Amino acid sequence: MNPALQGLITIIIGVGGCVGYFYGANLFLDKVLFKPTGPNAGRNITRANMIRPWLFLMPAILALGIYLAYPVFATLRLSFLERLPGNQYAFVGFDNYTKMFAEPKFIEAMRNNVLWLVVVPAAATGFGLLAAQLTDRLRWGNIAKSIIFMPMAISFVGAAVIFKLIYEARPEDVAQIGILNHLYLLFGGAEPQQWLQIPFWNSFFLMAVLIWIQTGFAMVILSAALRGIPEETVEAAIIDGANPFQIFFKIKIPQIMSTIVVVWTTITIATLKVFDIVFAMTNGQWETQVLANYMYDKLFRANDWGMGSASAMIIMLMVTPILVWNVYNARKEMQ
Amino acid sequence: MDAIAGRKPAVVWALNISVVLLVALWLFPTLGLLISSFRTGDQITASGWWSALFPAEQTLQIRAADPDDNRIDLGNGRFLVEGNIFDGKAFEGEMNSWATSSRDLGANAPGATGDLGDDETFTLNADGAYRWEGNDDQISGRAQRVFIEVTTPPDFTLQNYNFVLFDEDNSEGMAKAFFNTLTVVIPATIIPILIAAFAAYALAWMDFPGRALLIAIVVGLLVVPLQLALIPLLSLHNAIGIGKGYLGVWLAHTGFGLPLAIYLLRNYMVGLPRDIIENAKVDGATDFQIFTKIILPLSFPALASFAIFQFLWTWNDLLVALVFLIDASGQTTVMTKQIVELLGTRGGDWEILATSAFVSIAVPLGVFFAMQKYLVRGLLAGSVK
Repeated sequence: MNPALQGLITIIIGVGGCVGYFYGANLFLDKVLFKPTGPNAGRNITRANMIRPWLFLMPAILALGIYLAYPVFATLRLSFLERLPGNQYAFVGFDNYTKMFAEPKFIEAMRNNVLWLVVVPAAATGFGLLAAQLTDRLRWGNIAKSIIFMPMAISFVGAAVIFKLIYEARPEDVAQIGILNHLYLLFGGAEPQQWLQIPFWNSFFLMAVLIWIQTGFAMVILSAALRGIPEETVEAAIIDGANPFQIFFKIKIPQIMSTIVVVWTTITIATLKVFDIVFAMTNGQWETQVLANYMYDKLFRANDWGMGSASAMIIMLMVTPILVWNVYNARKEMQ
Repeated sequence: MDAIAGRKPAVVWALNISVVLLVALWLFPTLGLLISSFRTGDQITASGWWSALFPAEQTLQIRAADPDDNRIDLGNGRFLVEGNIFDGKAFEGEMNSWATSSRDLGANAPGATGDLGDDETFTLNADGAYRWEGNDDQISGRAQRVFIEVTTPPDFTLQNYNFVLFDEDNSEGMAKAFFNTLTVVIPATIIPILIAAFAAYALAWMDFPGRALLIAIVVGLLVVPLQLALIPLLSLHNAIGIGKGYLGVWLAHTGFGLPLAIYLLRNYMVGLPRDIIENAKVDGATDFQIFTKIILPLSFPALASFAIFQFLWTWNDLLVALVFLIDASGQTTVMTKQIVELLGTRGGDWEILATSAFVSIAVPLGVFFAMQKYLVRGLLAGSVK
């Protein structure tokens, strides 16, 4: 069947099914199961209202349960197992983890991930804050913001192509078409560099892609937070003779600190999961491996589900503090 | 603040310049790709994209026609070769000067006659017509080389797009992948919205035991890396017979998108005025009616925000498609995967890469600029607490 047609049918079945389910289930509840008439009308209405929320929630709970909650436990279980021929599994305890920690490629991935986690959120939040503050009172600020925000719509893979063009190196005697090498030679560099093949520093060239994408996100949110600062606090500081830097660092930053933390953690999570950029640009060669790509390698190239799951659990473990913190905050807020 | 502090023009200038620099830094990478996609492969390798916007000066090195085949006997031992150095091909641009030796580039003006010594002469006009005259020895063997310095105006072409999108013989074309991506994206955007809207309403406006716990779970699931879901779900899909295919990828995107959808929509719905909902209840409306007739229309901005997020995310996704959709046949490849393939096989063919990448970027960029308002709103609702 033509996939487009299949897609159309799925939309109709999916949407129709959802609407039909919600409508039908409510109808069944009100008209058949607990009729709001007759001698038990009051009791029936109460019962119907006890069940109704679960009708509304059922599809979501099912989808969340199967697609997000169950895999966490299944992956945890897989990480303690070894797959044997014939779809058999053997319990191996922490073997997958110890084997993994003994692998230089994994250590390299861990090191790079930590590097990414330090650099990308800091740089993206910093640039975002800078852009938010600079464009705040500018007449063409909204256009500037739009352009800095734009990479957000570009896929990691598209961005990988964009930056590969920037990093492109050609032989010394022909024209450079990568702007980085062009500028490098212009400012006295000796010969064109293969930027993505210089160990250690190449990770930073990959990080630039994510920073470029995430800065807009940080800017949009921090810009709204800056706007939300009460004018009086700034005015009072000016009257007290504070200079612009003092106003920014001592008055504004403390007031938007909680937003900065939210932005920082959100970008941290995005950074932890970074896969496409490394996959498309270096595929972990030249010491640029990161955890998500290491995991993909293990799962789908080496077909080692045990170690693949173990490395996925490492990612989960790194996310957990943020998860706990988010839940804690959300609960605090609801009370 | 401006009014109180007053601002020196120098500060305003510095501010403007730094913002211009920042904007340039963020715009130029994409611009480079866009411009490259309108250049031929030869142009891309000849010069950086930044020089494509301006008239380019370059030195062409062309040979005259082969003397042994084309010479005309003028008598007296004199021979002549005549023709057009550009071979009749339309030449856009302007000839600045020409020379017959690479050591004295720019020696002759267009229309002048160059003396090659021993009565051998070469005349070249601005339109490319030339006369090459000399004796038997001179007008034979290898044809005379001419070095022409020309200024060519910016030159752009649509042929890359034609090749990438419409060429039937191009097995690496993007047309199929484009439709595949579209097929993935549309159901994967619509279905989670519907499911999430009902759940969000229940979490926002219905009272039942366990509500707070459910909200906490949704917040927790918001950050669960989808990497964890790959193997268990692929096994599950294989076990229940979905295997790799569109159905699997639609379900996966629905599941992965739900936490954000529920979270965004619930936050928005909680903020709707309580009076409207209570009045409707007093008037005898059921929850289902309140939801479809009041909440859903009022929540349009939040629905639009999430729709954009989910659209961008599913359109730009690589990992989920790799794991749940693309099988060995390659019939269901999506654009992101296609581009990664091209990066491997056509790493140096920038005209193909740039054009293919831009084809995949263009749609989300269009959506981004058209719906930026909702995107910003959604971000703020999802993050600022």
